[in-house]
Amino acid sequence: MSERRGHVVGVRDAVARGERTAASVTREALDAITRQEPSLAAFTAVAAEQALAQAAAVDAARARGEALGPLAGVPIAVKDNICTKGVPTTAGSKILAGFVPPYNATVVERLAAAGAVIVGKTNCDEFAMGSSTENSAFGPTANPWSLAHAPGGSSGGSAATVAARAVPASLGSDTGGSIRQPAAFCGIVGLKPTYGRVSRYGLLAYASSLDQIGPFTTTAEDAAIVLAAIAGRDPHDATSADQPAPVFDAAAARDMRGLRIGVPRAFIEGVDASVAGAFAATLDAWRGLGASIIDVTLPNVSLAIPVYYLIATAEASSNLARYDGVRYGYRTTLSAQDTLRAMYERSRDEGFGAEVKRRIMLGTYVLSAGYYDAYYLKAQQVRATLRDDYAAALATVDLIATPTTPTPAFRLGEKVADPLQMYLADIFTVSANLVGLPAISLPCGMSPEGLPIGCQLTARMWDEAALVRAGAAYQTASDWHLKTPALAGA
Amino acid sequence: MTETPLDAAEIHRIAALAHLALTDDEVQLFGRQLNDILEYVRQIQAAPTDGVTPMSHVGGEDAHERADVAQPTLEKRAALGNAPDSAPEAGFFKVPRVIG
Repeated sequence: MSERRGHVVGVRDAVARGERTAASVTREALDAITRQEPSLAAFTAVAAEQALAQAAAVDAARARGEALGPLAGVPIAVKDNICTKGVPTTAGSKILAGFVPPYNATVVERLAAAGAVIVGKTNCDEFAMGSSTENSAFGPTANPWSLAHAPGGSSGGSAATVAARAVPASLGSDTGGSIRQPAAFCGIVGLKPTYGRVSRYGLLAYASSLDQIGPFTTTAEDAAIVLAAIAGRDPHDATSADQPAPVFDAAAARDMRGLRIGVPRAFIEGVDASVAGAFAATLDAWRGLGASIIDVTLPNVSLAIPVYYLIATAEASSNLARYDGVRYGYRTTLSAQDTLRAMYERSRDEGFGAEVKRRIMLGTYVLSAGYYDAYYLKAQQVRATLRDDYAAALATVDLIATPTTPTPAFRLGEKVADPLQMYLADIFTVSANLVGLPAISLPCGMSPEGLPIGCQLTARMWDEAALVRAGAAYQTASDWHLKTPALAGA
Repeated sequence: MTETPLDAAEIHRIAALAHLALTDDEVQLFGRQLNDILEYVRQIQAAPTDGVTPMSHVGGEDAHERADVAQPTLEKRAALGNAPDSAPEAGFFKVPRVIG
């Protein structure tokens, strides 16, 4: 496998220097996708024609001597809950079957402005609700390291195609871990930016106080470059902030002296032995690079999962009220005597999958009269104590490290019958969303069965630079990010 | 706080609020699963939160208001383009009769 195919910087520089054309890079990516799809099922739509046209435009711009964007000629896949003008966007749901957005999400506009080539849409749990990509109306995506295992979720297709080195980068969305957990399961880098860093305009909303869009890549440096291209204030999203995008600093990434990494020991007790071993070795690597490792406590963090599933489902029940069979997507078959209400209720029951209905039901219940104070309001109060825990810990350290997940990838089908067990697998990722902090998952080991293991770092608000610095430094001292599944091919 | 498990009548009440026409199988399945989930999340009720201001959002102080000025938006035809049933010439979505 060419080193370049797997790296944003390598592809971009090769195109800029004229060693490769964007068209040949794009054809190579499309060929890899075609070859891998029978095994992975990572895509819901491949936009080959549009991608080749975008690539041709980059090559033409270079031929005219124009300055190229920071992602010129780089093939990128986009999660199917992000609107792409003229390309079907379903969020993995039957209720959006046939929906073709009349506009692009802001992140898609920004990728295009940076010269990126969008190759297609990736499979995900329906409306980003799930941790395995099994809740998709299109069927599950497989993990490239073992086709019998889940790629994680909800952005499983975006993770799988980067792990299989078909494209060097993709976008996902992360509401409770949906970028970081599949990145860990697939052995790649996944970055959830600070809440407000990236515009959500054109993202099909799941839980608006938690949702963020971010990149999957194979290196921390590549994650910083994609993030810089999509970040920043957008008049179409009132929550997007006027914060300068982090710039990758190669010099800072060479060592970790002065950086303090906090470890909440009590919180991470009981993880799988292979995860515990890989995590300890990763801390040793950072210590060897000059960082200090310090114990921290997060007293309320054990309540993060219940708080998350109360707040996220409450917001989802409101956000998903818009899917009613009127303006877009699926509508039930009507008979002459059917009322408007019957149309709403049947369209929604037939159009949504089980996990989405379960979350709408839970969210509706906790917001309903008589239960609001005990569940929703209480969850918001505990959320505030969690924010204070992180603020106190991050006053003494620069980063907080945990494993990304308690176990490596589980088998497809293993957890589908027990939703609560599936929820508990999100224990290390949901907090960053609840408190708004940026977090990254880095590949840091392999289980005895040959499944990847991820390490998560969480930083202060707007300090993605610290995540990237620690990630890039670690990748100078380790080679987990260079390991590729056999499926990636030669 | 009531700890009574959700029964079928309560599941039907929630489904009606959520505009979902659940099948009988779904009423049974979701009843059981929602009870499991609620039993688990109820642990937050033991957390001491007297006087804690609820947190609905992160970084609300950074939120921006925009000027209240009309801006160009989707053309009517594009907005209707994905509708299951519409009258594009008249510019309407079509739904079952509401007034008899």
